[in-house]
Amino acid sequence: MKGTDRTRRFEAAVLPHLDAAYNLARWLLRDEQSAQDVVQEAYLRAFRFFDGFRGGDARPWLLGIVRNSCFTWLGQSGRDHVEFDEERDSGVLDAGIEAAANDPLRLLERKFERTQVNAAIATLPPLFREVLILRELEELSYDEIAQVAGIPVGTVMSRLSRARAMLRAALTQPDKED
Amino acid sequence: MDQHEDNELSTIVKTQSDRHAAPAALRERIVTAIRQADAPSRPESTSQGWWQWLNRGAAFAMGVVVSVTAAYFFTAANAQERLAQEVVSSHVRSLMAAHLADVASSDRHTVKPWFTGKLDFSPPVHDLAVEGFALVGGRLDYIGGRPAAALIYRHRQHTINVFVQPRDDRSPAPPASFAAQGFNVTGWKGEAMQYWLVSDLNAGELRQFAQRLHKATDNAGS
Repeated sequence: MKGTDRTRRFEAAVLPHLDAAYNLARWLLRDEQSAQDVVQEAYLRAFRFFDGFRGGDARPWLLGIVRNSCFTWLGQSGRDHVEFDEERDSGVLDAGIEAAANDPLRLLERKFERTQVNAAIATLPPLFREVLILRELEELSYDEIAQVAGIPVGTVMSRLSRARAMLRAALTQPDKED
Repeated sequence: MDQHEDNELSTIVKTQSDRHAAPAALRERIVTAIRQADAPSRPESTSQGWWQWLNRGAAFAMGVVVSVTAAYFFTAANAQERLAQEVVSSHVRSLMAAHLADVASSDRHTVKPWFTGKLDFSPPVHDLAVEGFALVGGRLDYIGGRPAAALIYRHRQHTINVFVQPRDDRSPAPPASFAAQGFNVTGWKGEAMQYWLVSDLNAGELRQFAQRLHKATDNAGS
């Protein structure tokens, strides 16, 4: 009986965010089956840790568990050594981003195919893809994204602006899509 | 790199990329897995370690949940908030049970007559598809102890429930803005009807939709 009530409470708080959870996993892992497996595992984990959840909005809490499961699946910690990548990649990417910024073809003047936009987002490194998806598709606030990714709000903002710059570069270099 | 270009890029991503919806089978798999994990008679269906954890933790967990819930209801014992909470719960139920719409149609001339004979009032039904809020159907629901017509709209991937009831001055007025569990609630009391809107859509856009709907119902004279 006790368990049943807890289950019901969990389902009411957490199940409505299944689409958000799946979308994040699907974008991070770029594979339907892996995304399903990881989301299911993340839900069981969330269920186990549900007592640690102190009410409020379950969405960032759940998405935090989902993203950690995704990075584990990807064989990354989702933290330290990717932070290192962030630093290291900056120089390399700057060239392309500069070029895109100077591109006389403004984004607005071009029509983008859905497949093209999807492909461009998919080329972003996972940590940057993550903030972009959370912000643009899940419409989370900076605070919520910080909570999900376990990083300071300042890092969310810089990562997001970097993600946008990379995306802009990817969109203005159509030959680089795959 | 300026604000304008960011907004532009943001629009491209929002409208031209995929927000993947979870497959229905995944939802079922998860519900089954959780219930199994929680069923005391089937310890073999889960791994030993976390089964033991559950048993040990269940009583304590339940205590925490009960006290948190009780604390919530006593401190927030305010009629408007309780009703808003009820509206959120109805919204959540409608999304969970694969029972979003009793009548699924984007045609208001199908949805409106469907309520005839099921309710003792006739809810105004407007399709705001041209403004990006498409009517997808209707459902019978129950809010604040009275039957309500639930009209379902979709905006991008977001589902919006609009609960319509005859105006009742004893019931609390809908809040201009209320948020709980990641959902936003708004609404208004009209001349004849009162409206409660709930969605996971952001508060700003939900209010915009409320204003448009309000205008549409005013123009229709209802």
